[in-house]
Order: sequence, then C-alpha cells, then structure tokens
Amino acid sequence: MATVTFKEATRIYPGGDHPAVNKLNLEIGDGEFMVLVGPSGCGKSTSLRMLAGLEEVNAGEIHIGDRDVTDLPPKDRDIAMVFQNYALYPHMTVADNMGFALKMAGVAKEERAKRVQEAARLLGLEDFLSRKPKALSGGQRQRVAMGRAIVRNPQVFLMDEPLSNLDAKLRVQTRTQIAALQSRLGVTTVYVTHDQVEAMTMGDRVAVMRDGVLQQVDSPLALYDAPNNLFVAGFIGSPAMNLIQGKVVEGGAQVGDYVVPVPREVLAKAGSDATVTLGIRPEVFRLAPDNQGVAVDVAVVEETGADAYLYGTLSGLSEEERLNAQQIIARISSRQPPQRGSQVRLVADVGQVHVFSNTTQGRIS
Amino acid sequence: MPRFLSAKPDARLIPLPWSTPLAEWPTEYLIALPRGISRHVVRFIRVGESIYAAKEVIEDLAVHEYRLLHDLKRLGTPSVEPMAVVTGRKATGGEPLDPVLVTRHLQFSLPYRALFSQGVRGETVERLVDALVVLLARLHLLGFLWGDVSLSNVLFRRDAGSFAAYLVDAETGELHDQLTDGQREHDLQIARTNLFGEFLDLEAGGILDGALDPLTLVDSIENRYRELWRELTGVERFSGSELHRIESRVRRLNALGFDVAELDIRTSNEGQTIQIQPKVVDAGHHSRRLMRLTGLDAEENQARRLLNDLDTFRFRTGQQQVDEAIVAHQWLVQVFEPVVTVVPPELRSKRDMAQLFHEVLDYRWYQSQREFREVPIAEAARGYINEVLRNLPDEAISTEFQPIDQSGRQLSNPYDPSAGFADENEQAPYDPWEDGAEPVAEAAGPFGGFDIEALRAKARQADPR
Ligand SMILES: Nc1ncnc2c1ncn2[C@@H]1O[C@H](COP(=O)(O)OP(=O)(O)OP(=O)(O)O)[C@@H](O)[C@H]1O
Ligand SMILES: Nc1ncnc2c1ncn2[C@@H]1O[C@H](COP(=O)(O)OP(=O)(O)OP(=O)(O)O)[C@@H](O)[C@H]1O
Ligand SMILES: [Mg+2]
Ligand SMILES: [Mg+2]
Repeated sequence: MATVTFKEATRIYPGGDHPAVNKLNLEIGDGEFMVLVGPSGCGKSTSLRMLAGLEEVNAGEIHIGDRDVTDLPPKDRDIAMVFQNYALYPHMTVADNMGFALKMAGVAKEERAKRVQEAARLLGLEDFLSRKPKALSGGQRQRVAMGRAIVRNPQVFLMDEPLSNLDAKLRVQTRTQIAALQSRLGVTTVYVTHDQVEAMTMGDRVAVMRDGVLQQVDSPLALYDAPNNLFVAGFIGSPAMNLIQGKVVEGGAQVGDYVVPVPREVLAKAGSDATVTLGIRPEVFRLAPDNQGVAVDVAVVEETGADAYLYGTLSGLSEEERLNAQQIIARISSRQPPQRGSQVRLVADVGQVHVFSNTTQGRIS
Repeated sequence: MPRFLSAKPDARLIPLPWSTPLAEWPTEYLIALPRGISRHVVRFIRVGESIYAAKEVIEDLAVHEYRLLHDLKRLGTPSVEPMAVVTGRKATGGEPLDPVLVTRHLQFSLPYRALFSQGVRGETVERLVDALVVLLARLHLLGFLWGDVSLSNVLFRRDAGSFAAYLVDAETGELHDQLTDGQREHDLQIARTNLFGEFLDLEAGGILDGALDPLTLVDSIENRYRELWRELTGVERFSGSELHRIESRVRRLNALGFDVAELDIRTSNEGQTIQIQPKVVDAGHHSRRLMRLTGLDAEENQARRLLNDLDTFRFRTGQQQVDEAIVAHQWLVQVFEPVVTVVPPELRSKRDMAQLFHEVLDYRWYQSQREFREVPIAEAARGYINEVLRNLPDEAISTEFQPIDQSGRQLSNPYDPSAGFADENEQAPYDPWEDGAEPVAEAAGPFGGFDIEALRAKARQADPR
C-alpha cells in the first residue's frame, strides 16, 4: 500500500501548443479512492498514464510511497492498470479467467491458486471457480473482471473508465461494488471517469480537471457545497447549479427587479466588477411567499414523486435574450405546483447563495 | 421511431425489427457465421444479397466507433466499413433499447477461431501474428491508439501464402496526429494480455497446436512489433562513404510493403556522417503499384505475387523495353482474365479472385515440377478448379448454418460463440450477491442517479459528528 503524489507534474505532447497536464499537484492518501473527473480531453488519461509510467513527464515529479518513480519503467512501479476490456474466455474456467495474467507474469502455480481463491472469496465467486463463464450474468462478469485486478496484488490500482461500456443499470450496480470492494481491500486507487455522478458516488475525494489544470480536489460534499470556481460549480451536481448574472448594487446583486442580498464583505471582493455570478442549487430555491424574489416564467413543471422540478427562464427578458437565456431549475414541493406559463418568485437563504467573480471565475462568498 | 445515422444509407435496413432486442431477433433475419467472442450482442443480418454485422452498444460508443471507423477508412486503413448507427430504439413496451452499430460484413474474412478449425499449424499462427503486428504498426503510424488489441478484434483475409489483418472493433480507439511511445507501449501491453488470454483459451479448448506455447507467442509478437517499428521509424547513422545505405533502407521498407513518402536525411557539416530517418511511410507499396498498373484491388502479398508474375510475363515476351503499363494491360487480358473467367459462378464465393490467381500459380508450379514441363496457365487453372477449388469451403460467407464450433462441439447459441458449448449447461449455484443485487432504481432517475441526500447520509455515517 502506498501514497501517490504528483508534484507539478506536466505533460506536453509533441506538437502540442499547451500542456495536456499542467503542473498537477495532487496527494493521494494511503488506501484512498481518488477519482479524476472532467470533460473529455481534460487530461485524465494522460495523468493516469504518467503515473503508470506510460507517458513521459516533461516537468515535475511523481512519487509512489516515498519512492520517486518519475523515471522508472512501468514494470517497476507495482501498480495494476485495469483495462476496459474484460473479455471472458469461454473455454477457460472462471479461476483461469481470473488468474491468467499472473501466469504471464511468471507467478508460480500455488501462489496463483492462492490469490485466485482469496479474490474469489472477496467477490463471492468461490462456487464458480471451476465453472466456465458462459452462464455468468453481467454483474458476475464484472466481478470476474475485478478479480483479475485484485489477484495482481498491487500497491496502487489505476482504472480508466472501467464502466464506460456498460448499460445504466449494470453501471450503477458495478460502481457500488467497486467502491465497496476498494474500501475493504484498502488499496490506493486512482479512478478516471468523465461522469461526475460516478465520481461523486465512488470517490473518497474527487479531483476536477479542466484543460489539463486541476480545478479543485475535495470530498464529494465539499465540492458540492463549496465549489472553488465557476467551472466546478457548473460541472458538479445534477441537475446543475443555476448560474445567474447579477448587477452589483447596494446590498446585493440585482437580478431583474429583485436584489439578491449579498453580504457587503463579499461584494467588496468583486472589486470594480459591475456584475457577479450567483450560484444557486435547484434544491435551495423556494417559492417566495410574498412578492420578494427572482421572477421566473415557468416553462415546464415535472413531478417526480414528492418533489417537482420547475424549469423556466428569468422574467422580463426580451424575446432574443430569452432564446439564449440559461434555463433556471428549481426543486419545489409538488403539493401546489405552479402552472406552466405562470410567473413565480424564487428565493434562497443568503448563506446558500454562492457568489463568483466574473473576472477571476473564482468563488468570493 | 428509430433514427438512422448514415453516410450511405441502405433503405433495406429500415424495415428491420429495431424494436426487438438484437438477441431476440427472429432467425429469418440472421445468418450464423463464424466470428470472434464479444461482450456486446453481435449478430450478422442479411438483407437481400448483403450481409451486415450489427452490434448493440450504448449510444456514445456507437457514434464514437462509427466516426472512428469512417476516419480509418478515409485514411486507407484495413478496417470494416461503418454503415449506420440506429438510435432511438424503443421496445414495444416503451422501454428504450441501446443503439445498434451496423458495419458491412467483410467479405472473405476469417475470424481467428475459424482459422483454427482444422487444428492449426504453427506456421499459420506465426503468419496470423505477423499480420496482426503489421496492422498494429500501421495503425500506430497513423496515430491510432487502439486500446483493445486482440485476435477477436481483427479479421483475417487470405493474402497469398500469408494473411492480411483488418480492424473490426474501434470502440476504445483514439486518433491523434502522432502517438507517443507511452501510448504505443500501452497498446502493446494490452495486446500481450489479450493475446495471451486468447491463446490460453484455444489451448483449453484443445484447438491450439500442442507445440505452440502462449508465452512464447506473445513474446514473439512484441519482438516483431518492435523490430518492425524500428525499421519503419528508426534513425540510422553511417559514414558518408556508405550512401548506398539510403537506397537499401528504402528497398527494405518496400519489401515489407511500405512506401517511403518522406525520408529525412541529415549530413554533418563536412558530409562525413549521414543520418536518415523515414518520416512518412505508407503501407500498401505493392497493392498500390498493382492497382496503378492493372486496376486490380488485392492484398499486399497477393499484389506482390501478381506483380512477380507480371514481371515474368514481361521477360518471357521479351518486352523489357516496352512501357510497363502497356505490358500490364497485355498481362491482364492474356493471363489474368482467362484464369478468372473459367471459374464457374457457383465457385466464385470460395476465394476472391486475386487469391485464386495466386493459388493457380502455386498449383501450376507444383504440376510443372511433377511433370517436368512448363504447364500453360489455362490448363493449370482448369486443374486447380476441378481438383482443389471445388473441394474448398465457401469463404465469402458461409451460407450454411454453422451450429458447430471448430472443435466439433455444438455451440449453445449458433449466433454467439461467446456463449460456449451446449453440452456445458448446468445449474448455476446460488449467488447471494446477485440475489441482494443493489437497488438500482436510482439509475433510472432523471439526473443520472445523482442523489445529494444519499451522499450526505453516507458522509454522516462515515463520520457521525
Ligand atoms: N499523442 C497525442 N498527441 C497530441 N495530443 C494528444 C495525444 N494524446 C492525447 N492528446 C491530447 O491530450 C489531451 C488530453 O488527453 P486525455 O486522453 O488525457 O484526456 P481525457 O481527459 O482522458 O479525455 P477522455 O475523457 O476523452 O478520455 C486531449 O486534448 C488529447 O487530444
Ligand atoms: N463487419 C464485420 N464483418 C465481419 N465480422 C464482423 C464484423 N463486425 C463484427 N464482426 C465479428 O463479430 C465479432 C464481435 O464484434 P466486436 O468485436 O465489434 O464486438 P464487441 O462486443 O465490441 O467485442 P469486445 O468484447 O472486444 O469489445 C468480431 O470478433 C468479428 O468476428
Ligand atoms: Mg481517456
Ligand atoms: Mg471485439
């Protein structure tokens, strides 16, 4: 077991004009489940390959435990890269399907059998070991695939989108199993995904990347409750946080005919900016009891059990503005849902309104 | 209503039963052909004379693979041709079905499992491996990171005495201007693991020549790849008095089937040392030349063989001084065409024509040796057709139903080799993990299963403060 540390780690592809991974600083604790998440092309796979020794590090360092591995070849790093592929071989038993890579690595037969047995116990697959894989369900196949990684007994697991080709149901089932298994094994794991829901439900901590730059690394809840900047605010959470432009005025930020209260010391941090971005999560909005609040024209109300989601746009926009306007989403109680086409007023507690600088994109509240 | 994404739509695809999961399609639409193992549901479907491969796969990947296959075709890579992505499928009950990626069935292609049918000779395995290595190097030259190199993900076509490999599964691929060494290394690691597993599987199924050792095989794949890559891209230094080495390098690359489009040559100031490095090399040296001269489309080694025959013809007819294109035309009319036109129509789906011509040349050589005379090509063609071709299995597509796997055992599903053999049906043991399968209802939620309250609850549980 080991910690993993990226120190100012940078990768510039030949011919590339900007780094695919730019001065990445990241400390991953012993036994921690760290998820790298971000949109396609942000440098997740590159970071993982750098850690695996499969991509040159142009600047900075990478450590595993107290060893500087920056220049070590992949085989000397004691890591296991889990491929997306988990083809199961029809003529081989489940045991052989789990242990074959060890055979290639020259691990002795008894040792192989021992590790396979141990992994099967962890995965509840003991009764299947001598069987052929053909009758296995999708979920069981996934467990055999996990078994392949576990038997390798590495210091660090690297997983690059291992669930990306599964259907939604199997994906949810498998991600729960991987996370549970990882915490039982306690092996440091770096997991890459572009799916923020997957990241949030699996990771002990989540590192959000964009254009090769680490935006924030935190626990899922901290990312959700205190996003560092506009990118993280918009990327994490589903449905996404409402990001609304407000004009800086005395006492707050004006949206339409309403001034959203913002503490004076927060506004001060906006410097000379004329506007700020207000970030409000859909579940934080409430229907205002009086006429005080952000006015929204209701486009659709969708009821999902006890809750309803209201979709609309800010009131008082011109036709053209409306077409380009960001959609406002609010989660409201479904007891008295407003009519579509009507106007509602929405408010949120001051403490739950995030304020971002439009100049730095950073959080100022 | 299903939607079709397609550059070359085939209207006959539209009325197919898209609202049925592919695994449940009525057999009237299907054709059982040998194929590789797969994780997704894959079926061969027949519409009129055409055969397509259909794969049920999630939307992002279907579209991604469709586009990549398109790019690969455009770049002239041997790969299957994408036809369509069918999205928006709904079962009759209204629940959504995964999209289907449709590719054109590659004619005369042989999945490796079919090639291993009659128990396979070591030599054949080596040739298959060589073909795979060449394909991998070609893809890497183009900047294609495959991500899932395996025998199941290539198709083989006969290519004179060897094989040509085609890419069939691009799901995990990425196309860049140029790959880094690490990216190639990554593909190579994946190749090792997958191929080792596939060889072990053949061994376990009793269809790998006992003399072949899986570990030796994967080692040789790696070594051959590295050798080929060095030849294709490596820097070579020599002294200014050895200028012939430039030409030798180009010839060696040609012999390997590659053209050198750009060779970087650097000399030291005084011209004492020379450094060369191929910068742009294109595969298909011989097949391009054959195409230019005769319009025939052939695999690389077939083309080499046909070109040799063309050269012999030129020499025999004493036309060394005559323009090559003119001689090529004569050869086509007087030698090649008479051979292929005598093949009865019902035998044409046994071999593609370039391969057939190659086999006739072989046949003639052996007959001439035996009979101590120069056997005329037309006579050899007749002999080959009657003695050999008639007895060969159909390879364009095997039209017969093939419920039997290579080892002679019954497949449990004739359309899906991944499902193993019929005689292995046994009761599955009780599996509590499946029984108490996690509640997955959340997956169906409107926001991809994101549930902040559940996250908060989990956090409180982990840290009750
Ligand atoms: N060989 C290469 N040459 C040039 N650029 C490359 C190369 N390989 C990757 N890149 C670029 O580097 C950037 C980061 O790629 P990377 O694969 O790490 O992203 P990612 O976050 O994993 O994306 P995805 O989710 O799509 O896999 C992308 O812009 C990609 O196009
Ligand atoms: N166009 C085609 N022509 C001929 N054979 C094909 C074609 N497309 C697919 N096949 C056959 O079907 C098999 C499975 O297809 P494919 O590899 O695309 O499925 P997959 O489920 O993505 O596989 P994997 O498990 O490797 O991801 C291939 O091994 C090949 O034998
Ligand atoms: Mg990636
Ligand atoms: Mg495949």
